[in-house]
Amino acid sequence: MSLYRDAAVVLRTYKLGEADRITVLLTRTAGKVRAVAKGVRKTRSKFGSRLEPGSYIDAQLHEGKGELDIVTQAESVEFFPQIRTDLARLSRASALLEAVDQLTLDREPNRRLFEMLVGGLRIIDEQNPPLVIGAFFLKLLAAEGVAPVLDGCIECQSDEGPFVWAVDAGGVRCRACGSGRAVSDDALSVSRAVLGGGLRTALELPDSPVVHEVEDFAARSLEAHLERRLRSLHLLTDS
Amino acid sequence: MAGAYSEAIQDLIDALGRLPGVGPKSAQRIAFHLLKVDVDEANRLARAIVRAKERVRFCSVCFNLGEHELCEICSDVKRDDHVICVVEEPRDVVAIERTHEFRGRYHVLQGAIDHLQGVGPDQLRIRELIARVTAGGITEVIICTNPNLEGEATALYLSKVLDVPGVTISRLSSGLPVGGDLEYADELTLGRALEGRRVITGD
Ligand SMILES: [Zn+2]
Ligand SMILES: [Zn+2]
Repeated sequence: MSLYRDAAVVLRTYKLGEADRITVLLTRTAGKVRAVAKGVRKTRSKFGSRLEPGSYIDAQLHEGKGELDIVTQAESVEFFPQIRTDLARLSRASALLEAVDQLTLDREPNRRLFEMLVGGLRIIDEQNPPLVIGAFFLKLLAAEGVAPVLDGCIECQSDEGPFVWAVDAGGVRCRACGSGRAVSDDALSVSRAVLGGGLRTALELPDSPVVHEVEDFAARSLEAHLERRLRSLHLLTDS
Repeated sequence: MAGAYSEAIQDLIDALGRLPGVGPKSAQRIAFHLLKVDVDEANRLARAIVRAKERVRFCSVCFNLGEHELCEICSDVKRDDHVICVVEEPRDVVAIERTHEFRGRYHVLQGAIDHLQGVGPDQLRIRELIARVTAGGITEVIICTNPNLEGEATALYLSKVLDVPGVTISRLSSGLPVGGDLEYADELTLGRALEGRRVITGD
Protein backbone atom coordinates (compact mmCIF):
# COMPACT_ATOMS: atom_id res chain seq x y z
CA MET A 1 0.00 0.00 0.00
CA SER A 2 1.42 3.35 -0.96
CA LEU A 3 0.95 6.75 0.56
CA TYR A 4 0.04 9.85 -1.40
CA ARG A 5 -0.79 13.48 -0.75
CA ASP A 6 -3.28 15.69 -2.53
CA ALA A 7 -5.34 18.82 -2.03
CA ALA A 8 -9.02 17.91 -1.74
CA VAL A 9 -12.51 19.22 -1.15
CA VAL A 10 -14.86 16.94 0.79
CA LEU A 11 -17.94 16.45 -1.38
CA ARG A 12 -19.94 14.30 0.98
CA THR A 13 -19.65 11.61 3.61
CA TYR A 14 -21.40 8.38 4.52
CA LYS A 15 -21.50 6.79 7.96
CA LEU A 16 -19.58 3.56 8.18
CA GLY A 17 -19.81 1.18 11.11
CA GLU A 18 -19.68 2.56 14.64
CA ALA A 19 -17.47 5.61 14.36
CA ASP A 20 -16.05 5.79 10.83
CA ARG A 21 -17.08 7.59 7.71
CA ILE A 22 -16.52 7.12 4.02
CA THR A 23 -15.53 10.50 2.63
CA VAL A 24 -15.96 11.38 -1.02
CA LEU A 25 -13.12 13.72 -1.93
CA LEU A 26 -12.57 15.74 -5.06
CA THR A 27 -8.79 15.85 -5.21
CA ARG A 28 -6.78 18.26 -7.29
CA THR A 29 -4.73 15.69 -9.18
CA ALA A 30 -6.38 12.28 -8.75
CA GLY A 31 -10.02 13.29 -9.36
CA LYS A 32 -12.82 11.95 -7.17
CA VAL A 33 -11.60 9.51 -4.55
CA ARG A 34 -13.49 7.60 -1.87
CA ALA A 35 -11.61 7.16 1.37
CA VAL A 36 -12.37 5.82 4.83
CA ALA A 37 -11.80 8.18 7.75
CA LYS A 38 -11.40 6.02 10.82
CA GLY A 39 -12.86 7.20 14.11
CA VAL A 40 -13.95 10.52 12.61
CA ARG A 41 -17.31 10.48 14.39
CA LYS A 42 -15.71 10.28 17.82
CA THR A 43 -15.65 13.67 19.53
CA ARG A 44 -11.94 13.25 20.17
CA SER A 45 -11.05 12.46 16.56
CA LYS A 46 -7.88 14.14 15.36
CA PHE A 47 -9.74 15.09 12.18
CA GLY A 48 -12.18 17.36 14.00
CA SER A 49 -14.41 19.10 11.48
CA ARG A 50 -11.87 18.86 8.68
CA LEU A 51 -13.53 15.95 6.94
CA GLU A 52 -17.00 17.41 6.75
CA PRO A 53 -18.60 18.36 3.42
CA GLY A 54 -17.19 21.63 2.05
CA SER A 55 -13.83 21.39 3.83
CA TYR A 56 -10.81 22.25 1.69
CA ILE A 57 -7.92 20.18 2.96
CA ASP A 58 -4.44 18.93 2.32
CA ALA A 59 -4.96 15.20 2.69
CA GLN A 60 -2.59 12.31 3.15
CA LEU A 61 -4.07 9.06 1.95
CA HIS A 62 -3.17 5.39 1.91
CA GLU A 63 -4.03 3.60 -1.29
CA GLY A 64 -6.44 0.82 -0.42
CA LYS A 65 -6.67 -2.60 -1.95
CA GLY A 66 -10.18 -2.07 -3.31
CA GLU A 67 -11.94 1.10 -4.31
CA LEU A 68 -11.59 2.69 -0.89
CA ASP A 69 -8.47 4.54 0.19
CA ILE A 70 -7.79 5.56 3.80
CA VAL A 71 -7.39 9.11 5.05
CA THR A 72 -4.42 9.21 7.38
CA GLN A 73 -4.02 12.98 7.80
CA ALA A 74 -5.98 16.10 6.98
CA GLU A 75 -4.83 19.68 7.38
CA SER A 76 -7.00 22.65 6.56
CA VAL A 77 -5.86 24.57 3.45
CA GLU A 78 -8.55 27.21 3.58
CA PHE A 79 -11.33 27.43 6.11
CA PHE A 80 -14.76 28.77 5.11
CA PRO A 81 -16.27 29.92 8.41
CA GLN A 82 -19.39 31.59 7.07
CA ILE A 83 -20.55 28.50 5.22
CA ARG A 84 -20.76 26.85 8.63
CA THR A 85 -22.74 29.60 10.34
CA ASP A 86 -25.16 30.88 7.70
CA LEU A 87 -27.89 28.57 6.50
CA ALA A 88 -28.31 30.32 3.12
CA ARG A 89 -24.59 29.91 2.42
CA LEU A 90 -24.62 26.34 3.63
CA SER A 91 -27.51 25.49 1.30
CA ARG A 92 -25.71 27.02 -1.67
CA ALA A 93 -22.40 25.36 -0.86
CA SER A 94 -24.25 22.03 -0.58
CA ALA A 95 -25.77 22.58 -4.03
CA LEU A 96 -22.27 23.08 -5.49
CA LEU A 97 -20.92 19.97 -3.77
CA GLU A 98 -23.88 17.86 -4.85
CA ALA A 99 -23.65 19.05 -8.48
CA VAL A 100 -19.91 18.33 -8.66
CA ASP A 101 -20.36 14.92 -7.03
CA GLN A 102 -23.06 14.01 -9.53
CA LEU A 103 -21.02 15.18 -12.51
CA THR A 104 -17.82 13.29 -11.72
CA LEU A 105 -16.72 9.70 -12.02
CA ASP A 106 -14.23 8.16 -9.60
CA ARG A 107 -10.53 8.70 -10.33
CA GLU A 108 -10.93 10.85 -13.42
CA PRO A 109 -8.54 13.77 -12.94
CA ASN A 110 -10.17 17.14 -13.57
CA ARG A 111 -8.04 19.93 -12.24
CA ARG A 112 -10.17 22.67 -13.75
CA LEU A 113 -13.28 21.43 -11.99
CA PHE A 114 -11.37 21.32 -8.72
CA GLU A 115 -10.30 24.94 -9.10
CA MET A 116 -13.85 25.93 -10.05
CA LEU A 117 -15.26 24.28 -6.95
CA VAL A 118 -12.74 25.90 -4.61
CA GLY A 119 -13.45 29.26 -6.27
CA GLY A 120 -17.20 28.76 -5.93
CA LEU A 121 -16.97 27.86 -2.23
CA ARG A 122 -14.68 30.83 -1.60
CA ILE A 123 -17.11 33.25 -3.26
CA ILE A 124 -20.05 31.83 -1.30
CA ASP A 125 -18.10 32.18 1.93
CA GLU A 126 -16.92 35.72 1.24
CA GLN A 127 -19.62 37.65 -0.64
CA ASN A 128 -22.32 35.10 -1.34
CA PRO A 129 -23.53 37.02 -4.41
CA PRO A 130 -27.15 36.34 -5.51
CA LEU A 131 -26.12 34.95 -8.92
CA VAL A 132 -23.46 32.53 -7.62
CA ILE A 133 -25.49 29.33 -8.13
CA GLY A 134 -26.81 30.37 -11.54
CA ALA A 135 -23.35 31.38 -12.74
CA PHE A 136 -21.63 28.28 -11.31
CA PHE A 137 -24.14 25.93 -12.92
CA LEU A 138 -23.87 27.63 -16.31
CA LYS A 139 -20.08 27.37 -16.08
CA LEU A 140 -20.38 23.70 -15.10
CA LEU A 141 -22.52 23.00 -18.17
CA ALA A 142 -19.97 24.78 -20.35
CA ALA A 143 -17.11 22.81 -18.77
CA GLU A 144 -19.07 19.63 -19.52
CA GLY A 145 -19.24 20.67 -23.16
CA VAL A 146 -22.99 21.28 -23.06
CA ALA A 147 -23.13 25.04 -22.70
CA PRO A 148 -26.66 26.31 -23.43
CA VAL A 149 -27.06 27.84 -26.89
CA LEU A 150 -28.10 31.44 -26.23
CA ASP A 151 -27.10 33.47 -29.27
CA GLY A 152 -30.22 32.53 -31.21
CA CYS A 153 -33.08 30.05 -31.54
CA ILE A 154 -31.71 26.54 -31.09
CA GLU A 155 -34.05 25.20 -33.80
CA CYS A 156 -33.99 27.78 -36.60
CA GLN A 157 -30.96 29.90 -35.59
CA SER A 158 -33.04 33.07 -35.83
CA ASP A 159 -31.59 35.71 -33.55
CA GLU A 160 -34.85 37.58 -33.41
CA GLY A 161 -36.61 37.43 -30.08
CA PRO A 162 -38.68 37.19 -28.06
CA PHE A 163 -37.44 33.79 -26.95
CA VAL A 164 -38.64 31.09 -24.57
CA TRP A 165 -36.36 28.93 -22.38
CA ALA A 166 -35.82 25.49 -23.90
CA VAL A 167 -34.30 23.39 -21.10
CA ASP A 168 -35.07 20.18 -23.00
CA ALA A 169 -33.03 21.30 -26.02
CA GLY A 170 -30.30 23.17 -24.15
CA GLY A 171 -30.87 26.80 -25.03
CA VAL A 172 -33.61 29.16 -26.14
CA ARG A 173 -36.27 28.93 -28.87
CA CYS A 174 -38.01 31.64 -30.82
CA ARG A 175 -41.79 31.87 -30.45
CA ALA A 176 -42.29 30.42 -33.93
CA CYS A 177 -40.40 27.24 -32.95
CA GLY A 178 -42.01 26.53 -29.60
CA SER A 179 -43.69 27.73 -26.46
CA GLY A 180 -42.53 27.86 -22.85
CA ARG A 181 -41.41 30.22 -20.13
CA ALA A 182 -40.57 33.62 -21.64
CA VAL A 183 -36.94 34.77 -21.59
CA SER A 184 -36.43 38.32 -20.35
CA ASP A 185 -33.88 40.44 -22.23
CA ASP A 186 -31.88 41.04 -19.05
CA ALA A 187 -31.73 37.35 -18.14
CA LEU A 188 -30.54 36.51 -21.63
CA SER A 189 -27.75 39.09 -21.58
CA VAL A 190 -26.70 38.12 -18.04
CA SER A 191 -26.50 34.43 -19.04
CA ARG A 192 -24.52 35.31 -22.15
CA ALA A 193 -22.18 37.44 -20.04
CA VAL A 194 -21.57 34.55 -17.60
CA LEU A 195 -20.69 32.20 -20.47
CA GLY A 196 -18.68 34.92 -22.20
CA GLY A 197 -16.07 36.90 -20.35
CA GLY A 198 -18.36 38.83 -18.00
CA LEU A 199 -18.58 36.56 -14.97
CA ARG A 200 -17.11 39.05 -12.52
CA THR A 201 -19.57 41.83 -13.40
CA ALA A 202 -22.49 39.40 -13.46
CA LEU A 203 -21.67 38.30 -9.90
CA GLU A 204 -21.98 41.90 -8.75
CA LEU A 205 -25.67 42.04 -9.70
CA PRO A 206 -28.04 42.67 -6.80
CA ASP A 207 -30.81 40.20 -6.01
CA SER A 208 -33.61 40.56 -8.57
CA PRO A 209 -36.15 38.54 -10.58
CA VAL A 210 -33.55 38.40 -13.37
CA VAL A 211 -31.07 36.63 -11.09
CA HIS A 212 -33.76 34.11 -10.15
CA GLU A 213 -34.70 33.58 -13.79
CA VAL A 214 -31.06 32.77 -14.68
CA GLU A 215 -30.65 30.51 -11.65
CA ASP A 216 -33.86 28.67 -12.43
CA PHE A 217 -32.82 28.07 -16.04
CA ALA A 218 -29.27 27.05 -15.09
CA ALA A 219 -30.48 24.67 -12.37
CA ARG A 220 -33.12 23.06 -14.56
CA SER A 221 -30.61 22.69 -17.39
CA LEU A 222 -28.08 21.05 -15.09
CA GLU A 223 -30.76 18.75 -13.65
CA ALA A 224 -31.77 17.80 -17.19
CA HIS A 225 -28.13 17.03 -18.01
CA LEU A 226 -27.73 14.95 -14.84
CA GLU A 227 -31.15 13.35 -15.33
CA ARG A 228 -31.93 13.87 -11.65
CA ARG A 229 -32.97 16.59 -9.25
CA LEU A 230 -30.44 18.36 -7.10
CA ARG A 231 -31.72 17.75 -3.58
CA SER A 232 -29.79 20.53 -1.88
CA LEU A 233 -31.31 23.14 -4.10
CA HIS A 234 -34.90 22.44 -3.17
CA LEU A 235 -34.55 21.28 0.42
CA LEU A 236 -35.24 24.51 2.27
CA THR A 237 -37.13 26.32 -0.48
CA ASP A 238 -39.86 23.82 -1.31
CA SER A 239 -41.29 23.69 2.17
CA MET B 1 -24.48 -13.13 -6.88
CA ALA B 2 -27.80 -14.91 -7.47
CA GLY B 3 -27.62 -18.62 -6.80
CA ALA B 4 -24.54 -18.50 -4.58
CA TYR B 5 -26.58 -19.25 -1.45
CA SER B 6 -29.88 -20.94 -0.84
CA GLU B 7 -32.86 -18.62 -0.71
CA ALA B 8 -33.18 -18.66 3.10
CA ILE B 9 -29.55 -17.75 3.62
CA GLN B 10 -29.68 -15.01 0.99
CA ASP B 11 -32.84 -13.57 2.60
CA LEU B 12 -31.09 -13.41 5.96
CA ILE B 13 -28.00 -11.76 4.46
CA ASP B 14 -30.14 -9.23 2.61
CA ALA B 15 -32.15 -8.38 5.73
CA LEU B 16 -28.99 -7.90 7.81
CA GLY B 17 -27.40 -5.86 5.05
CA ARG B 18 -30.21 -3.33 5.27
CA LEU B 19 -29.29 -2.50 8.88
CA PRO B 20 -27.46 0.80 9.43
CA GLY B 21 -23.68 0.46 9.39
CA VAL B 22 -23.75 -3.16 8.18
CA GLY B 23 -22.06 -3.66 4.82
CA PRO B 24 -22.41 -6.77 2.63
CA LYS B 25 -19.35 -8.44 4.19
CA SER B 26 -20.54 -7.88 7.75
CA ALA B 27 -24.00 -9.08 6.77
CA GLN B 28 -22.50 -12.34 5.56
CA ARG B 29 -20.42 -12.74 8.68
CA ILE B 30 -23.38 -12.13 11.01
CA ALA B 31 -25.60 -14.47 8.98
CA PHE B 32 -23.09 -17.32 9.22
CA HIS B 33 -22.61 -16.64 12.91
CA LEU B 34 -26.37 -16.89 13.49
CA LEU B 35 -26.51 -20.15 11.54
CA LYS B 36 -23.74 -21.61 13.69
CA VAL B 37 -25.11 -20.71 17.15
CA ASP B 38 -27.62 -23.00 18.81
CA VAL B 39 -31.34 -22.63 18.19
CA ASP B 40 -32.07 -21.15 21.63
CA GLU B 41 -29.74 -18.26 21.12
CA ALA B 42 -31.08 -17.45 17.66
CA ASN B 43 -34.63 -17.63 19.04
CA ARG B 44 -33.73 -15.29 21.90
CA LEU B 45 -32.62 -12.68 19.36
CA ALA B 46 -35.71 -13.17 17.21
CA ARG B 47 -38.00 -12.89 20.24
CA ALA B 48 -36.23 -9.77 21.52
CA ILE B 49 -36.77 -8.09 18.17
CA VAL B 50 -40.44 -9.06 18.00
CA ARG B 51 -41.11 -8.04 21.61
CA ALA B 52 -39.39 -4.69 21.27
CA LYS B 53 -41.28 -3.96 18.08
CA GLU B 54 -44.57 -4.82 19.81
CA ARG B 55 -43.99 -2.86 22.99
CA VAL B 56 -41.74 0.05 22.18
CA ARG B 57 -43.18 3.12 20.54
CA PHE B 58 -42.49 6.79 20.11
CA CYS B 59 -43.68 9.12 22.87
CA SER B 60 -46.57 11.21 21.55
CA VAL B 61 -45.10 14.40 23.05
CA CYS B 62 -41.32 14.24 22.63
CA PHE B 63 -40.84 11.28 20.22
CA ASN B 64 -38.40 9.57 22.54
CA LEU B 65 -38.71 5.79 22.80
CA GLY B 66 -40.89 4.32 25.52
CA GLU B 67 -43.42 1.61 26.24
CA HIS B 68 -46.42 3.87 26.82
CA GLU B 69 -48.23 6.82 25.24
CA LEU B 70 -45.83 9.06 27.18
CA CYS B 71 -42.18 8.19 27.67
CA GLU B 72 -40.68 7.93 31.15
CA ILE B 73 -39.30 11.44 31.05
CA CYS B 74 -42.51 13.08 29.84
CA SER B 75 -44.51 11.30 32.53
CA ASP B 76 -42.10 12.28 35.34
CA VAL B 77 -43.84 15.07 37.28
CA LYS B 78 -40.63 16.16 38.99
CA ARG B 79 -39.03 17.45 35.82
CA ASP B 80 -38.85 21.11 34.76
CA ASP B 81 -41.55 21.95 32.21
CA HIS B 82 -40.01 25.25 31.15
CA VAL B 83 -36.94 23.90 29.39
CA ILE B 84 -36.81 21.66 26.32
CA CYS B 85 -33.61 20.01 25.15
CA VAL B 86 -33.73 19.22 21.41
CA VAL B 87 -31.75 16.18 20.25
CA GLU B 88 -31.46 14.18 17.04
CA GLU B 89 -31.98 10.63 18.29
CA PRO B 90 -33.24 8.75 21.37
CA ARG B 91 -29.66 7.65 22.10
CA ASP B 92 -28.77 11.33 22.60
CA VAL B 93 -31.38 11.51 25.37
CA VAL B 94 -29.56 8.64 27.06
CA ALA B 95 -26.20 10.42 26.68
CA ILE B 96 -27.50 13.65 28.22
CA GLU B 97 -29.35 11.83 31.02
CA ARG B 98 -26.07 10.18 32.00
CA THR B 99 -24.59 13.61 32.81
CA HIS B 100 -27.29 14.30 35.48
CA GLU B 101 -26.96 17.96 34.47
CA PHE B 102 -30.36 18.40 32.87
CA ARG B 103 -33.76 18.21 34.58
CA GLY B 104 -36.04 19.55 31.84
CA ARG B 105 -37.92 17.84 29.02
CA TYR B 106 -36.71 16.59 25.64
CA HIS B 107 -37.73 16.72 22.02
CA VAL B 108 -36.33 14.08 19.67
CA LEU B 109 -36.19 15.24 16.04
CA GLN B 110 -35.52 11.73 14.69
CA GLY B 111 -32.72 12.94 12.47
CA ALA B 112 -31.06 16.11 11.20
CA ILE B 113 -31.33 18.35 8.17
CA ASP B 114 -29.04 16.90 5.52
CA HIS B 115 -28.84 18.71 2.21
CA LEU B 116 -26.83 16.02 0.47
CA GLN B 117 -29.14 13.17 1.53
CA GLY B 118 -32.25 15.27 0.91
CA VAL B 119 -33.49 15.21 4.51
CA GLY B 120 -35.50 18.39 5.03
CA PRO B 121 -37.48 19.89 7.93
CA ASP B 122 -40.64 18.07 6.86
CA GLN B 123 -39.07 14.67 7.45
CA LEU B 124 -38.20 15.61 11.03
CA ARG B 125 -40.35 16.29 14.09
CA ILE B 126 -39.87 20.03 13.70
CA ARG B 127 -43.51 20.99 13.19
CA GLU B 128 -44.34 19.25 16.48
CA LEU B 129 -41.51 21.11 18.23
CA ILE B 130 -42.76 24.48 16.99
CA ALA B 131 -46.24 23.58 18.25
CA ARG B 132 -44.86 22.69 21.70
CA VAL B 133 -42.86 25.89 21.97
CA THR B 134 -45.60 28.21 20.73
CA ALA B 135 -48.18 26.58 23.01
CA GLY B 136 -46.62 28.55 25.88
CA GLY B 137 -44.96 27.75 29.20
CA ILE B 138 -41.52 27.19 27.63
CA THR B 139 -38.80 29.68 28.53
CA GLU B 140 -35.73 28.00 27.07
CA VAL B 141 -34.95 25.65 24.21
CA ILE B 142 -31.49 24.09 24.30
CA ILE B 143 -30.43 22.82 20.90
CA CYS B 144 -28.26 19.73 21.39
CA THR B 145 -27.87 18.52 17.82
CA ASN B 146 -24.59 16.86 16.81
CA PRO B 147 -21.59 19.17 16.33
CA ASN B 148 -21.31 18.22 12.64
CA LEU B 149 -22.51 19.87 9.45
CA GLU B 150 -25.98 18.31 9.57
CA GLY B 151 -26.43 19.10 13.25
CA GLU B 152 -25.37 22.69 12.65
CA ALA B 153 -27.68 23.13 9.67
CA THR B 154 -30.49 21.86 11.90
CA ALA B 155 -29.56 24.25 14.72
CA LEU B 156 -29.43 27.20 12.32
CA TYR B 157 -32.81 26.28 10.91
CA LEU B 158 -34.35 25.81 14.36
CA SER B 159 -33.07 29.13 15.64
CA LYS B 160 -34.87 30.74 12.71
CA VAL B 161 -38.23 29.01 13.05
CA LEU B 162 -38.33 29.01 16.87
CA ASP B 163 -38.21 32.78 17.12
CA VAL B 164 -40.93 33.02 19.79
CA PRO B 165 -41.10 36.03 22.19
CA GLY B 166 -40.08 35.11 25.72
CA VAL B 167 -38.22 31.96 24.67
CA THR B 168 -34.43 31.82 24.90
CA ILE B 169 -32.76 29.59 22.32
CA SER B 170 -29.38 28.25 23.36
CA ARG B 171 -26.94 25.94 21.67
CA LEU B 172 -24.70 23.39 23.28
CA SER B 173 -21.28 25.03 23.37
CA SER B 174 -18.70 23.14 21.35
CA GLY B 175 -15.27 23.34 22.86
CA LEU B 176 -12.08 21.39 22.99
CA PRO B 177 -12.31 17.74 23.79
CA VAL B 178 -10.97 17.07 27.26
CA GLY B 179 -7.74 15.12 27.09
CA GLY B 180 -6.60 16.45 23.73
CA ASP B 181 -3.74 18.73 22.69
CA LEU B 182 -4.54 22.27 21.56
CA GLU B 183 -2.35 22.02 18.46
CA TYR B 184 -4.50 19.23 17.05
CA ALA B 185 -7.75 21.17 17.25
CA ASP B 186 -9.22 22.18 13.90
CA GLU B 187 -10.10 25.84 13.13
CA LEU B 188 -13.80 25.41 13.77
CA THR B 189 -13.41 23.74 17.14
CA LEU B 190 -10.75 26.15 18.31
CA GLY B 191 -12.75 29.16 17.11
CA ARG B 192 -15.86 27.95 18.93
CA ALA B 193 -13.87 27.27 22.08
CA LEU B 194 -12.54 30.84 22.02
CA GLU B 195 -16.03 32.19 21.44
CA GLY B 196 -17.44 30.24 24.37
CA ARG B 197 -14.55 30.96 26.78
CA ARG B 198 -15.26 31.36 30.49
CA VAL B 199 -13.92 34.05 32.80
CA ILE B 200 -11.97 32.42 35.61
CA THR B 201 -10.92 35.55 37.50
CA GLY B 202 -11.83 39.28 37.57
CA ASP B 203 -15.21 40.78 36.71
ZN1 LIG C 1 -36.81 29.36 -34.10
ZN1 LIG D 1 -41.66 11.93 25.92
